[in-house]
Amino acid sequence: MLARLLPHPLLTLLITLVWVFLANQATAGAVVLGLILGLVIPAVTAAFWPGRPRIYAPLAILEYAAIVLWDILVSNVQVAYLILFRRGDSLDTRYVTVPLDLVTPEAIAALAGTITMTPGTVSADLSADGTALLVHCLETHDPEATVATIKHRYERRLKRIFE
Amino acid sequence: MHVLVEAVVSGLILIGAFFLLVGSFGLAKLPDMMRRLHGPTKATTLGIGSLLIASMVYFAALRGQVSVHELLITLFLFLTAPVSAHMLAKAHMLRAKGERGRLPPTGGPKGWATLDGGD
Repeated sequence: MLARLLPHPLLTLLITLVWVFLANQATAGAVVLGLILGLVIPAVTAAFWPGRPRIYAPLAILEYAAIVLWDILVSNVQVAYLILFRRGDSLDTRYVTVPLDLVTPEAIAALAGTITMTPGTVSADLSADGTALLVHCLETHDPEATVATIKHRYERRLKRIFE
Repeated sequence: MHVLVEAVVSGLILIGAFFLLVGSFGLAKLPDMMRRLHGPTKATTLGIGSLLIASMVYFAALRGQVSVHELLITLFLFLTAPVSAHMLAKAHMLRAKGERGRLPPTGGPKGWATLDGGD
């Protein structure tokens, strides 16, 4: 019964919070309307969310977010430097393959999103069986080191959070 | 006090405008599609981020209102930017036949999802 009413408790909480933030004031009316939306939207869209990701280390998410934010800051400066002071043709641009240890779809999506937002890399595609990620690097002299960094810095932490 | 806050807000706006400009410049300058994708996905996140922080500081310190809309904008930006970049890259791989030869192997039995079709 409860599982039918609340197929995704976290999603309900998230939608309610987003609604209150959108209203920009924590009045009772905003919270109630947010709760109604938070109950209806997950119930209506439940068919699109077949799996329910388990989060094993909620606190590790904060550490992960801090690291990603810091990397975004650094990568912005690096990419700005590459764009401003280097000729486009002289960049050592290439694709690399990142073999995945992650199996949870949500974790892989988080990793792909992180890669796109951080140092000179864009995740371009996933292999058809979901075991490798195609990453486009703006400038890398050592593809293996880039892959090792991604796996060590991001994937290892996501594995702790999701698996 | 107000002068200090105004200086911080102005500084943040200038930094944000600079990174947005660099992102757009990269979009125009870089030579090919995949490299161009790097400009808007990255240089702009810090640009928008600085502008949003400037907005939050401005409303909190000078108007006395706490605004959380900026946090939501950040959240939506971080959710949508990678997805649209990913879709652009996939569309490019599908349409530009020359790009396919440059892709590394997946290291597994299946090819890349865009080209392999999957089953």
